[in-house]
Amino acid sequence: MLDEIHDAGIEDVAVVISPGDQTAFEEGLGADGSRVTYVEQAEPLGFGHAVWSAREFTAADPFLLLVSDHLYVSGSETGCAKQLVEIAEAEDCAVSGVQSTHESSLPNYGAVGGRLEPGRRGLYEIAEVMEKPSPTQAEQSLMVPGLRAGHYLCYFGMHVLTPRVMDLLSEQVYKIRESGGVHLSQALRQLADRERYLAAEIDGRRYDIGQKYGLLTAQMAIALDGDDRDDVLVQLLELLAAEKR
Amino acid sequence: MAGEFVSIITSDDPAVRDASLDAACAGLDTKALLDGCDELEDFRRGSSNLYERVRALFFLYSIHRFHLPTRLSAKARQAQIPFHGYEHLLSRRFEEAIDAFLKIQREEGPSDSISSALASAYHQLAFQTLANQVRRSVRSVPGNQWMFRMGHHANHPLRLREELLRVGEDDTYPILREQTPVRMDLSHAGWSDIFFLGMDYPEGARVINVSIDLGVHGRDAKPRPPVEAYLRVIDKPILRLTSVDLGATADINDLAEVFDFARDYLGLLKAAVIASGIVPPGIEGSGKRLSKLLERICGPGRGLELVSNVNNIPKGSRLAVSTNLLAALVAVCMRATRQTQNLTGKLAESERRVVLARALLGEWLGGSGGGWQDSGGVWPGIKLIEGVAANEGDSEMGVSRGRLMPQHKILRDGDCAADIRERLQDSLVLVHGGMAQNVGPILEMVTEKYLLRSEKEWQARQQALGVLEDILGALKTGDVRKIGESTTFNFAEPIQTIIPWASTYFTEQLIERAGNSFGDDFWGFWMLGGMSGGGMGFIFDPKRKAEAQTRMAEIMSQAKTEMEHSLPFAMDPVVYDFEINDNGTFGTLLADDEALMPANYYTVRVPDLLRRPPQELPVRERAELDKFGAACRHTPELSGMVQTLFDVMLPKGASESEDARSLWDLKREFGFDQAQHERIRADLKEGVIGLAQNRLRSDTSIEDVTGEELIDVRETSDGARHQSAGESALKNGEVAVVTLAAGAGSRWTQGAGVVKALHPFCRLGATHRTFIETHLAKSRKIGDAVGNPLPHIFTTSYLTHGPIQDVLKLQHNYGYQGTVSLSPGKSIGLRMIPMVRDLRFAWEEMPQQVLDEQQQKVRDSLRTALIGWAEGAGEGCDYTDNLPLQCLHPVGHWYEIPNLLLNGTLAGLLKERPQLRYLMLHNIDTLGADVNPMLLGTHIKNGSDLSFEVISRRLEDRGGGLASVNGRPRLLEGLAMPREEDEFKLSYYNTMTTWISIDPLLASFGLTRADLNDPAKIGEGVRSLAARMPTYITLKDVKKRWGHGQEDVFPVTQFEKLWSDMTALNEVNSNFLLVPRLRGQQLKDQAQLDGWLRDGSAAYVEDLCKW
Repeated sequence: MLDEIHDAGIEDVAVVISPGDQTAFEEGLGADGSRVTYVEQAEPLGFGHAVWSAREFTAADPFLLLVSDHLYVSGSETGCAKQLVEIAEAEDCAVSGVQSTHESSLPNYGAVGGRLEPGRRGLYEIAEVMEKPSPTQAEQSLMVPGLRAGHYLCYFGMHVLTPRVMDLLSEQVYKIRESGGVHLSQALRQLADRERYLAAEIDGRRYDIGQKYGLLTAQMAIALDGDDRDDVLVQLLELLAAEKR
Repeated sequence: MAGEFVSIITSDDPAVRDASLDAACAGLDTKALLDGCDELEDFRRGSSNLYERVRALFFLYSIHRFHLPTRLSAKARQAQIPFHGYEHLLSRRFEEAIDAFLKIQREEGPSDSISSALASAYHQLAFQTLANQVRRSVRSVPGNQWMFRMGHHANHPLRLREELLRVGEDDTYPILREQTPVRMDLSHAGWSDIFFLGMDYPEGARVINVSIDLGVHGRDAKPRPPVEAYLRVIDKPILRLTSVDLGATADINDLAEVFDFARDYLGLLKAAVIASGIVPPGIEGSGKRLSKLLERICGPGRGLELVSNVNNIPKGSRLAVSTNLLAALVAVCMRATRQTQNLTGKLAESERRVVLARALLGEWLGGSGGGWQDSGGVWPGIKLIEGVAANEGDSEMGVSRGRLMPQHKILRDGDCAADIRERLQDSLVLVHGGMAQNVGPILEMVTEKYLLRSEKEWQARQQALGVLEDILGALKTGDVRKIGESTTFNFAEPIQTIIPWASTYFTEQLIERAGNSFGDDFWGFWMLGGMSGGGMGFIFDPKRKAEAQTRMAEIMSQAKTEMEHSLPFAMDPVVYDFEINDNGTFGTLLADDEALMPANYYTVRVPDLLRRPPQELPVRERAELDKFGAACRHTPELSGMVQTLFDVMLPKGASESEDARSLWDLKREFGFDQAQHERIRADLKEGVIGLAQNRLRSDTSIEDVTGEELIDVRETSDGARHQSAGESALKNGEVAVVTLAAGAGSRWTQGAGVVKALHPFCRLGATHRTFIETHLAKSRKIGDAVGNPLPHIFTTSYLTHGPIQDVLKLQHNYGYQGTVSLSPGKSIGLRMIPMVRDLRFAWEEMPQQVLDEQQQKVRDSLRTALIGWAEGAGEGCDYTDNLPLQCLHPVGHWYEIPNLLLNGTLAGLLKERPQLRYLMLHNIDTLGADVNPMLLGTHIKNGSDLSFEVISRRLEDRGGGLASVNGRPRLLEGLAMPREEDEFKLSYYNTMTTWISIDPLLASFGLTRADLNDPAKIGEGVRSLAARMPTYITLKDVKKRWGHGQEDVFPVTQFEKLWSDMTALNEVNSNFLLVPRLRGQQLKDQAQLDGWLRDGSAAYVEDLCKW
């Protein structure tokens, strides 16, 4: 993931961690560990709160946000993060990576609705954001012309966001007693009302290692995308050809 | 006129577009009408616009039903309806049927019979087209579409909310409860909420309806939302469905069973489970496992329990109870599966709209369907619901002018302030009159009349829209009296101008008596829903409301007692208490001690748990029992539950069964022949008799009769001569009328068991008239004309004798001057549980009208259940599980003449009038039959023993006709046709009206006039002739009423001997008279009434009468 980030031209990286986890991360990252700033999330108050914890690190700059349980395999020479950063730079606004996703997976993801940017392929202006919507809600609010029936633009786990997102999260933090948590999707919904906010279909695949067999699938995908593709394929074929006992 | 019909349909100019078809047809001859039909036919086949196609179909229907028949000469050749066309019609292949009928019309010229077939095909195709469009629109409503794509459990996108999975300290799951008010409509602007009206005429589709809580006055402490749905998680991967009000419960573990709607009383709950997306419609027939599907939604090993409760509000309330219950069930399921923003509280507007769309879907799945205002209880307070024009992006755009889904505007303080709503509450007495009638035919009539734009109906529609505006104005100013005036006017004028049948004699009496009791303090009548007689409103000066509630209960109860034999009452009338509900549908999460189901749920579920050893109960069910036990001790709603459970679990003793005794008494009283009954049962069980055995041998030759084999009296040259002979006989007092009034009219009220003869079926001469009064009025006119009153005999049965006698006494024979006598039945049968063989024959081997897709599925499911019932109850056993009168049956109209002999009626009449030589026998529903002197003269001059009147056949005239059987002309019952298609060879239909020469008739029984005082000889004569008459086995639908206005219909077996078989006797000289259709047609079904009124039949009958 760090390689993906660096390939996108980003040098400063912060990882939001639970209190007391820094040592484990440093050991795990080895030499790369020293290139990372660690930010502790004091209390588990939601994903939005974790992002908000890094407000001092991002300060007045736009930032690339990734979730640590997703791994990405690009479909082109350009890495997924780089694709997103390039679009954000070109459009000069917040951009979230999205992927056309079948409605059966809606319970797992945030999803957006909007309209295709005129003359642009795979680029949408976001009008609505919902976290894990039901298909009933999605069909009413998140239908995007041009997608296959039963498919929606779901978050790819990768965003380039503007500093305003931190302000919006701050508003939630101040009202935390009412809301019970800080939600990034709510802040992104508000962002769409306040400034231009785009969704870009990324040429690549996302692997959520939190899902059932997610880690195994992600490893296979990365292996098949690397230099040892042929070896891995041969081993997989042998497995497939072996008789089931 | 070229293209005029089409231009009415296609014009953008309202003056042309809203022109009436009747006006366009006036002055056109047969050829011009047929040319117009050809143009309409080409036009509808080429048009892709729903409205254009449907309106063209209704034009075609109307021309063939009402306009062409009046222009065809009586002498025009009567083409035969091709059987293969009829088969297409039954199979809903309407286009092929139309092709078949048009081919005959082209080859043989226009005819009344082919026009009747075309009218039926166009009519059915029009409604099918509408139904298809509504179905498409329901599927395409955003929020519903995904459910039709979902075909595999692994793709199920719904997940249960975590709050429902949190087990409480008492080891039970929380319960999610949805409480929903019902709706009452202040005005529906002429049924403008019918889908097609809203979709074609959105600007005219307007309804004001009010969400209300209800309580039964004197029974319930205070009004509350009458409809409730409960949902909770269970530790078993099944769906547990319970309908508390219907006392039914089922554990469902098979996906196919979810789609089996009529298997039990849980169809509505199943429809909700499907329409809410828990078991989405797309997965039907996939063969997937329900447990896997539930695992995906609720987690491994878990399932869902769904419970409905209606707080004992009776069916037929016209408050859309079942639609709002469906909406409540859908809402609770949607909340539970994250399809709403909030788990509890009110719904957002967008969510209410989805609930409405899902309720529409559920109604379609369940094979029913109301208007779009019916789910009004989902919204709070008083609201204006309006049709919406279709715009870009709507699936209806380019298909219909309006959208399927209306918009709801809640009336806020500026439109109807809180104190005004209170005033309305203080003035309105809301009641259920006790009648529960099917409103479906009325909705079809409204649609048809809207499309035909018949002038006065179209004006009435505009008037109704004005009334709605008046009511909105009165709601703003708080003038409740004005509201009363408006709703009264609405009922009396626009509503009854469009559909006269929206009123009943019962309703008219209630209005009149309320007015008599309260004078100026009775401010108005308010019809609720599709028709009156059930739920209704009476508006009074608020200072007299309490008094009015008591008085209305008395008035209704008294009127019901007077009319219960003539009108179909499903229950005793009730008065409601009500309050306007400002929440709309509302969700609450009940946890721990509060997590209880409605009280009567436990009477359905607990007995089963108590019968099992406690140690075998799963932990959750044990905890549930503990909680219930504790609640019984301290919760007022559950007080008395221990006794109730005791009553439920312990079987009642035989001594409590009062009904069994009275059935025994009735059998004895009405001449039940046990030996004959046992013989019939044995034959039935052995397969000697049965539906299949009713038929003549398959090698019997059945042909149409030739012109020489009947006398066409419509245009006879002997008319004057015969008229004179008839008049002379009338003057001499040689003739009497026998009206068959023994039957309950199974089709008339769908087996409700009321006396058809006493049904005040139509306004004639400005007031509702019964069949009996109408027949007497015809006899009065003839008698007065010849100066000698006609004796009039009504034959009766165990079911009809008492009520007819009472009414004639009360009405002083309707002022009839001549002799009126009753001929009580002397034979009775006991119905039997049908043989499965006969049910299968009727449902699988006989040609059947296939229903619309979903309705057909429901019917198939119901029939499977009924076959199970017959097997379980014992094929061929006595049918005794109903009211005694519903278990007995008349044994066919052949016995009516022997009864005249057996009960001494004929002997008495002959003693009074020795000169009596002829009888005219006719059915109660042959309203056009009178003692026409010319026909009587024809009978006399021909010297026949019996002259049977026949009419030329139309498509709807099924059940036999005049046939040449093995070369001999006779009347042949439909039951006896060797093959179904044989009936389609016959040109003439039997009207049952028979001219009888008394002496030859007596001779056929081996009797003379002198023998009529010898009961033994009469008995012998009747028995010996009866033995020669075939016995037919028939299936009859019988209603069983239970609960609060609930009705089940069972097919039961009975036997009959039929009068028309007299024509098969060689020694009886029978003749056949071809009479005009208006004279011979019968009214079998209330749905026929509107056409009967419109096609001139009513006017024809009225002309024969002297009131």
